[in-house]
Amino acid sequence: MKATKLWGSLALAGAVALTAGCGGEEKAAGVDPQIMADSLFAVMASDRANYTKLIIKRLGGEAGFIKPDEHWEDLDNGAPLPAQMFRFGAEAVAERTDAFTYSLQSLWPINKQNAPRTDVEKTGLQYIVDNPGKNYYGEEELGGVKYYTAVYPDVAVATPCVDCHNKHKDSPRTDFKIGDTMGGVVVRIPIKG
Amino acid sequence: MVKKVTLFYSLLTVAVVALAGIWANELFLEPEKQTFLVGETSHGHHQIELACGTCHQSPFGGGEVLQDACMGCHAKELKAAHDSHPKSKFTDPRNADRLEQIDARYCVACHREHQPDITRDMGVTLATDFCVACHLDIAEDRPSHEGMGFDTCASAGCHNFHDNRALYEDFLLQHVDEPDMAATPVIAAMQAYVNAQQPAPKQAPAPDYPEASFQVTEIEKQWLHSAHATEDSNCSACHGEGEQFKAQPDALVCVDCHQPQAAGFLIGKHGMRLAVKREAAESYPLNPSLKALMQPDARLLTPMTPAQGRLPFKADVHGESLTCNSCHGAHEYSLGTSASVDACMGCHDDGHTNQYKASPHYAQVLREAAGEVPAGSGVTCATCHMPKVESEEEPGVFHTLHNQNDNLRPNEKMVRSVCLDCHGLQFALDSLADPALIDNNFQGRSKVSIESIQMAIERVKE
Repeated sequence: MKATKLWGSLALAGAVALTAGCGGEEKAAGVDPQIMADSLFAVMASDRANYTKLIIKRLGGEAGFIKPDEHWEDLDNGAPLPAQMFRFGAEAVAERTDAFTYSLQSLWPINKQNAPRTDVEKTGLQYIVDNPGKNYYGEEELGGVKYYTAVYPDVAVATPCVDCHNKHKDSPRTDFKIGDTMGGVVVRIPIKG
Repeated sequence: MVKKVTLFYSLLTVAVVALAGIWANELFLEPEKQTFLVGETSHGHHQIELACGTCHQSPFGGGEVLQDACMGCHAKELKAAHDSHPKSKFTDPRNADRLEQIDARYCVACHREHQPDITRDMGVTLATDFCVACHLDIAEDRPSHEGMGFDTCASAGCHNFHDNRALYEDFLLQHVDEPDMAATPVIAAMQAYVNAQQPAPKQAPAPDYPEASFQVTEIEKQWLHSAHATEDSNCSACHGEGEQFKAQPDALVCVDCHQPQAAGFLIGKHGMRLAVKREAAESYPLNPSLKALMQPDARLLTPMTPAQGRLPFKADVHGESLTCNSCHGAHEYSLGTSASVDACMGCHDDGHTNQYKASPHYAQVLREAAGEVPAGSGVTCATCHMPKVESEEEPGVFHTLHNQNDNLRPNEKMVRSVCLDCHGLQFALDSLADPALIDNNFQGRSKVSIESIQMAIERVKE
């Protein structure tokens, strides 16, 4: 009786392992990294635009219900800037998964740590500025891991975007207009070499 | 000859087995494992360094296990400090090349323990110019920094790696041209705390101690004049009743009613030994349940004593155990300067402490006691080292932060929580940057001038 149970358990475990293995293979082969990156960016860009328009622009500024500020934690009713909100999202995602990472960068960053660092970032950010409306896709190896890297234009969608960047004392560029590409969203997906 | 050899090997075997047994006993059964300490730990951990499992939660764990232990105790304070360099800043693959120099995802990259020969202030074990790894080109963005050595970034009043709440540019600019002393210097949180104090109960209940258990006349008198003279904190609340009665209640009996205070005490240097449980993973604050620590059998270590400390302490108290009663007394339940000055000076024996009663801060305490200045004007040891803080759970309610280290290192952490209530930012930064002035407890003026505010002004002009 015990032997029967043992063989039954082994057979079941094997079946589960095979099924899981097959499922994993299918998933790995089934998602094109560009489609994944484009989809992720669609969510990011929508949330970012909505936060800027529906929260910061509507409740901040002249309305005065909230105070959007870089040092929002020091203010009563302080609210994170859209770029900070975006970064908080990226950091929270990084705590949940290493299946992808993303960041907001610029050729004219207020915080110099957000300037492009890798060759793909530098090429990609220049490409989206030179080719408005287009994305840049590339591959790179960082820390021994190969990545599919996509760079998407981050366009000024509301007056708070251009006002803040044009007035900030650390901004290297002060002539942004609505519709300008102010920077880029860099999405990275680890891929097999 | 054969017999001699046999005897030798027999004795050798017995010696090896005996030694292994002694070591195994210490490793598996003794609470403190002196034999296995591979090097002294820093000033922040030496109190619990012999309770290996507190940090080394698993014998097979690597960096992640240690990191979990670090964050289990320090995550909350780092978050409260708006940590300028959290792990999340370094996890993006774009920083892979930087991590090859300093893997800043892990605390131990900068704070390696058991390395006494290279451990500096704040338990830092990296070379002093570590900022260069990421900020090599800072002078391109900040011309004022041209020519500054990278070993000066963390100088007093300039930058801290984690806590820059009193040092960031916009904050500096908000405090330009402030007077050295406020017109009415009052510690706002202390004033709020004092104003919120409940009046003493009009009629105390009859004390419910067991008849003829011990001589209680003096104790009863002390209790009747304390805030504990209520039904809820009658004798039995601490001593138990019936068969549960204890003449000497446990060291942590106060925890039950004073959890916010106990939480700070148990994470600070005074109380952290009492926070280590036999099951290390259950230790506070890894496991925030405080009541479990009230079981003496659950705790691994004895209370801290001055003899175990690394600071100068008075010789006659070296053997005293540090519990709530050490500062507050058992029945008179001391507050005021008894707990916030006398208790500190009763043990600490360094220049800063011994100069306190000659300091302008103590003069304010005397003026407050004489009714010459408003409540909250006096500055005791505890005003700075155990400040009143507003409860996160109950806004408007203030309690004493009993972690004496919370705002001490680096000392700019004290600026916002204490100094700025009475002093201008420039005055405060200058004072905290002068070791001699700190040693004589702020008698006189600082001989150091911090340029941070002026540099922030110049930056705006650029």
